[in-house]
Amino acid sequence: MKNRNRVEDTYSGPLIQLIDIHKVYYMGTSEIYANNGIDLSINEGEFVAIIGKSGSGKSTIMNIIGALDVPTSGQYILKGKDVSKMNDNELATIRNQMIGFIFQQYNLLPKERLINNVSLPLLYSGIGSAERHERAMAALEKVGIADKYRNFPNQMSGGQQQRGAVARALITNPSLILADEPTGALDSRTSEELLTFLKQLNEEGNTIVLITHDRSVAERANRIVSIQDGKITFDGNVEEYRRQVAG
Amino acid sequence: MRLSQAFKLAWQCIIGSKMRSFLTMLGMIIGVASVITLLGLMQGVTNYMIDTFSDLGTNSLTVTVNNTDTRKIDVDDVYRFTEENSTLFEGVSPSVAGRYTVKNGTTSASTTVTGVGEDYFSLNGKDLAWGRSVTYADIKNRSNICVLGTYLVDELYAGIINAGDTIRIDGQIFTIVGVIEEQADSMEGSSDDGIYIPYSVACRLAKNANISSYTFIAKDSDHVDAAETALDNYLYGIMKDEDLYSIMNMAALLDIINQMTSMMSGVLGGIAGISLLVAGIGIMNIMLVSVVERTKEIGIRKSLGAKRRDIMWQFVIEAASISMLGGLIGILIGSLATTTLGSLFGIEAAPTSSSILLAFCVSAAIGIGFGYAPANKAARLNPIDALRSE
Repeated sequence: MKNRNRVEDTYSGPLIQLIDIHKVYYMGTSEIYANNGIDLSINEGEFVAIIGKSGSGKSTIMNIIGALDVPTSGQYILKGKDVSKMNDNELATIRNQMIGFIFQQYNLLPKERLINNVSLPLLYSGIGSAERHERAMAALEKVGIADKYRNFPNQMSGGQQQRGAVARALITNPSLILADEPTGALDSRTSEELLTFLKQLNEEGNTIVLITHDRSVAERANRIVSIQDGKITFDGNVEEYRRQVAG
Repeated sequence: MRLSQAFKLAWQCIIGSKMRSFLTMLGMIIGVASVITLLGLMQGVTNYMIDTFSDLGTNSLTVTVNNTDTRKIDVDDVYRFTEENSTLFEGVSPSVAGRYTVKNGTTSASTTVTGVGEDYFSLNGKDLAWGRSVTYADIKNRSNICVLGTYLVDELYAGIINAGDTIRIDGQIFTIVGVIEEQADSMEGSSDDGIYIPYSVACRLAKNANISSYTFIAKDSDHVDAAETALDNYLYGIMKDEDLYSIMNMAALLDIINQMTSMMSGVLGGIAGISLLVAGIGIMNIMLVSVVERTKEIGIRKSLGAKRRDIMWQFVIEAASISMLGGLIGILIGSLATTTLGSLFGIEAAPTSSSILLAFCVSAAIGIGFGYAPANKAARLNPIDALRSE
C-alpha cells in the first residue's frame, strides 16, 4: 500500500513523545488524577504493550495517545505534531489519518456490510467510492477474510469480526496501530492468531501500541510499559519485565 | 464526507426501520396533505365563484335607477349618452327583469323574464344556438317574441323547438324566435334558466313605463373605472341625488371576492400549517431518541475520524430526508384528495403548483430546522463517552 498520509516524511525523531502528561477528572468537588506526570517516548517500528490494572490510568493514556482526548497539562508530540492543544476537528483528522484503532468489542457498525465498515475511515478522508472499495478489499485480503466482504458483522465469528476491525485499522496506512484489549473478547485460540498477526504486522514495520491488563498478552510485545496509579512504574523489554515481576 | 454519502446513509436508516420511519413521516404526510387539499379546494371554490360572476360580464356596469315623477332616466337619452361616449362604452342594454310563470300547454315553470335591448346578446357574449335575437323592430313594434335559455327548452319542450312554437308568459302568448347557446350545463337557476323579450314589451308586462335597470359594457377592462365615473356624473346630472341610483361594478365585486377567498385560503392554510409544525416536533423527538440509541455508532464514527460536521450532516440529512419523503407522500395524497373531494362537491379543484412547492419547501425546511438540534447534540458527543456506551 502506498503511503497517502499527509505527514512529514522527513521527520526523524521519536514517533510518540509524551512529556509530563497530567490528566485530571473533576467529579463534583473532588479531583481525580488519572495520569500524574507520564513521560514516554516510542520510536517508529516498536511493539509496545502498556499494562496496568483497571483504574491504573492506562485507558486515560490510551485515549490521549489515540487523540480521543487531550491532556490537562503536558505535551503530546505525534510525529512532530503537538496534539495536546488541538481542537476537536484537528483531533479527528489525526485519528483519521495517523491512528488505526483496534477495540476490544471490535466496534463494527452492525448495519453496515464488512466492506463498508472497513472503508469507513476513507469515507471521512474524502476518498471516492471506487478507491475505497479497492483499498478495503486489499485490507481484507491482508487479514484473510476477503470472502466475507458482503457479510454483516453479526454473520461473522468474533475472530472474523476482530480481523475486520484490524483491516479497518490498517486501511489508512496509519503511523500507529493502537489496540485496546484486542483479545479481551476472543477465545484463546483466536487470541493467539490475532497476537501472531499483530507481531507479523510489527515485523513489516508497523508501530503497535497494545493496551492490556493481561501479562501473557503484554509479553508478546517487545517492550512493556507498566502503569500504576497514573504513573509509569516500569519500562523495559520482556526479559527485564519478567525479572522484575519475579523479583 | 460528501452530501451524496449522507443521503445514502439516511436512506439506509429509513429503509432499515420502515415502521418507525413511516410513523415519523405520518405527521408530515397528514400535514402536507391537508395543506394541499385545503388550498386546492379553496382555489377551486374561488375559481367557481369567479367563473359564475364572469358569466355576468366583468366589464359590465349595472345601473339601477329609482325613477321618480319629476326626475327620470329616459331610455333614448341613455342610448344617446352611450353613443357620445363610445370611447368608454361598448354599448348598453336596458334590462327589465321580472319573475313570471311560463307555460307550454300544461307544463309550466317559474323563471326570470328579462326585457332587453337589441345589443344585449352581443354585449353579454350570448350566442344563439338557433333562430334570431331581439331586433330594434321588435322593440319599436312591441312584438310578443322571445328568446329562450336551454334549461327551459329542456324542461318545457323536451329539448326541441320548432319554428312557430309559442309560450305563455304571464298569460300572454309569445312566439319563440331563438334559443341561446348552453352556457352552464342547462342547470336550474343558472344563466340558462331565463327568457329574453324586447324591453318595451317587458315594461308593458310589468305595468311600469319606466326602465329601472341598464347594463352598460365598458370598452375593455382598463376603461371600467373611467366608464363608471362618466356614468356617475351623467346620472347625478339628471337625478341630482346619489341615493336615487346605484352603479354596480362587476370588476370591483370580483376583486372583493378574490380578496375574501385569498384571506380564507390564508386562514385555512395557516391552520393546516400548524399540523406541519407538530409534524416537525415529532421528527425532532424521534431524532433525539435516535441520537441516544446510536451513541455507540457516533462514537465509532468519531474514533475513525468523523468530524463534527460529518456527524451533523448525517443527522440533519436523515431528518430532512424523512421530512421530505413524508412531504412527497403528502403531496401525492393531498393531490388525490383534492380532485376526489372536489368532484364530490361538484367543483373543479386541482392542487395548485404554488401550494405543492410551498408544502415541499416547508417540509424540507422543517426537517432541517427540527433536525438541527438532535444533529448538534450528536455532533457534540465526546467520542470516549460515546464509545463506552452500549
